Amino acid sequence: MARRIIKRNRRELDQGRRFFLTRAGILSGSAALLAAGGYFTYSDQPLRHRAEPVADLPDFRVERSLHYPMLAIVRGSQVDAMVRQAVEKLGGIGRFINKGDRVLLKPNVGWDRMPEQAANTGPEVVGAVVNLCREAGAGAIWVSDISMNDPQRCFSRSGILQAVQQAGGEVVLCDKEDFRVANMGGDLLKQWPISRFVLQADKIINLPIVKHHSLSGCTLAMKNWYGVLGGRRNQLHQDIHTSIVDLANAFKPTLTLMDAVRVLKRNGPSGGNPADVARENTVIASLDEVALDSFALAFLGLTPEQVPFLSLAQRRNLGQVDWRSLHFSESQIG
Amino acid sequence: MPGLRTIRRIYAFFFFGLFLFFLFSTDFNHLKGYEVSLFLEMNPLTALATFLTSGTLYKGLALSGLILIPTLFLGRFFCSWVCPLGILNQWLSHFANHRRPAESHQVNRYRPLYRIKYYLLALLLVLSGFGVLQIGLLDPIALITRSFVLSVLPGADRAGMGIYLNAPLFHGGVFVTALLFILLIANRFLTRFWCRVLCPLGALLGVFSQWSLFRIRRDIDKCTDCSKCLHDCQGGCDPHHELRVTECHLCMNCLEQCPESALHFGLPRAQSSVGKPLDVGRRRLLETAVGGVVLYPMLRSSTTAQASPTPEVIRPPGSLEEGDFLARCIKCAACMRVCPTNVLQPALLESGFEGLWTPILINRQGYCEHHCVLCGQVCPTAAIRPISVEEKVGQSPFEKPITLGTAFFDRGRCLPWAMQTPCIVCEEVCPTSPKAIWYRSTQVVDRKGAMRQVKQPYVEPSACIGCGICENKCPVMDKAAIRVTSVGESRSKKNRMILDGIG
Repeated sequence: MARRIIKRNRRELDQGRRFFLTRAGILSGSAALLAAGGYFTYSDQPLRHRAEPVADLPDFRVERSLHYPMLAIVRGSQVDAMVRQAVEKLGGIGRFINKGDRVLLKPNVGWDRMPEQAANTGPEVVGAVVNLCREAGAGAIWVSDISMNDPQRCFSRSGILQAVQQAGGEVVLCDKEDFRVANMGGDLLKQWPISRFVLQADKIINLPIVKHHSLSGCTLAMKNWYGVLGGRRNQLHQDIHTSIVDLANAFKPTLTLMDAVRVLKRNGPSGGNPADVARENTVIASLDEVALDSFALAFLGLTPEQVPFLSLAQRRNLGQVDWRSLHFSESQIG
Repeated sequence: MPGLRTIRRIYAFFFFGLFLFFLFSTDFNHLKGYEVSLFLEMNPLTALATFLTSGTLYKGLALSGLILIPTLFLGRFFCSWVCPLGILNQWLSHFANHRRPAESHQVNRYRPLYRIKYYLLALLLVLSGFGVLQIGLLDPIALITRSFVLSVLPGADRAGMGIYLNAPLFHGGVFVTALLFILLIANRFLTRFWCRVLCPLGALLGVFSQWSLFRIRRDIDKCTDCSKCLHDCQGGCDPHHELRVTECHLCMNCLEQCPESALHFGLPRAQSSVGKPLDVGRRRLLETAVGGVVLYPMLRSSTTAQASPTPEVIRPPGSLEEGDFLARCIKCAACMRVCPTNVLQPALLESGFEGLWTPILINRQGYCEHHCVLCGQVCPTAAIRPISVEEKVGQSPFEKPITLGTAFFDRGRCLPWAMQTPCIVCEEVCPTSPKAIWYRSTQVVDRKGAMRQVKQPYVEPSACIGCGICENKCPVMDKAAIRVTSVGESRSKKNRMILDGIG
């Protein structure tokens, strides 16, 4: 004990030239560092400007071909065969997916509902498309959506999680860190946070389901792009038709495959009552979302005049409302 | 053959691991029929206090016999072998120990301070007898479960451990964190401060352990009075002298530290020293009981949701009527762990002091998922009954869905009502079928005199279940233009507005 105190109290030599010069040197150096620190951090702004990088959205479409139809409508009872047939009519999966491509599938998985309630894209449809992508040699097959209800429940209870895992794909859910701001270039939507998987994918396949919607009349392919948005997307209702067109303008998928096997005719988009669901047993593949949405209106008893976003989209050259004017194919199997 | 201390350490690792595993498993993806509430259910204090408040030993709480009956024979083995808070305190006391042997011996002697826990227990049980359940504040299992759910797990997730998709936030969670922190740091100043001084469950087990046959015994012939047994004594139970069995945690450290092998655990031998009884006077106990009797009417004199329904006290689906709910809820926060949307939040004073840290729904944080009944599945005391999905949504054989409250529009903030702007997000997300929110297309005149067509929403109170998704998704961010209050909740006969013939 005593020795420790002596050690601590031993005084430094605090006089003489050497002491003065070293101490003065240390102090001047510290003063210079302080001044330099002040100089380099000085600002007339209260905060440092943090520029968030803004991504540009790629165009995921493949080259147009006069050889294949723009719209392939397949009716039947075997969902897997119908999906294959629809894609085959448009040139086969090989036209859209190359070996090693990272593919993002965007079904509608908005709600904690069962397949029979038809509030989400059918698990058979999603599973069939995952299978096709796998056969085409895709490097990664991601299935993702930003759900309205709890995402884990939505994917699990819609049967999509199980279907995707069985077919060899991967369900990827977005947490708060998984959003990137992207240029939307729309009339209303300028910049908006979107799922990072959109920016990291090589190809995107849109997998909407046909549903009634109380504000826009219907939820189809173009409106399905709500599901890659983060941020305050519930504000888009305030001008829903312009928003939908802006989304269709920003997101240009490789392929769109619409599930009209079960159709939610009323109480959309969340539904819940199986009595509101009717079987239409149809799958449609398309390269023109406007034409596709226009075609699907018939399931809901709507006409293009009742759905303003269709003509708005045509005016922005996003596609044809009059789907019959395009090269299309209709077939029936099984 | 490993020593008893080694065996105790293995048990401690196992049970703490099991506690963490159950806690981790308490969510939608991992809840696969494990008895995740096991620690809460096998708690004799919960069983006894809820029996006193409502007269039943509910289902899983019968498991508390697994702890209580062995305690009669063996003493407080629970405290160092099973209790997750006790184990955590032990680890901290052990690793934060910076004392020299002489200081340790001083710290680990019995002190009259340790009686406090018995008085606390008496007070809490007297209050329970009157139907006021406050054991949850201090019950170690409820306390550590709550602390882990509200602060440790979300904190671990923020540190990058990936437990949640998005880490939850909790209303006033910092108070729970602070309490845990204080209790853990206290170990540095007094070994196992919590277990020795405050723990009411330890006190209960202490009472039950006083006749135990198996205990630490000292051979007075072999003992040289070196006091080395005090070096790591966890309970402060005087193994060097006349053992206070009610304080002994059976940590078995003294057995290993005795250089003369004068200590053994088991039945008495010829030269074994005698023990000391419970150090609590009858008179003091009576005073405490009288204190409880006096405190009770005063506690009941503050405004509570029970006395008059409070708009923000919205309870989880299947909750008992407010009085019964408070008589069964131990504030363990298991429901808040399992809730998928983070809507279940620990109340502060919304439902009176008695309701501190009981679950309420804060719809700006989340909403009640229509087909989810997980909170009732994990509730150890059935303050939230384990309802089925059919009962919740009102499918046959149930006539009506369970209603948590009713949504009301604030027309001064609602976009179609106040600002001639289309919206009806609330109608879109309404989960009932037919939807409880309906709208009428109306021509309105804007500031410039132009006619605009907007859909103005209404609530149908008989269809609204009070799930709060409309409030949660409303684009008016700070204070939603549609808000749920508790009126119309199924569990209350009093808190109603529409004439339905049940008075």
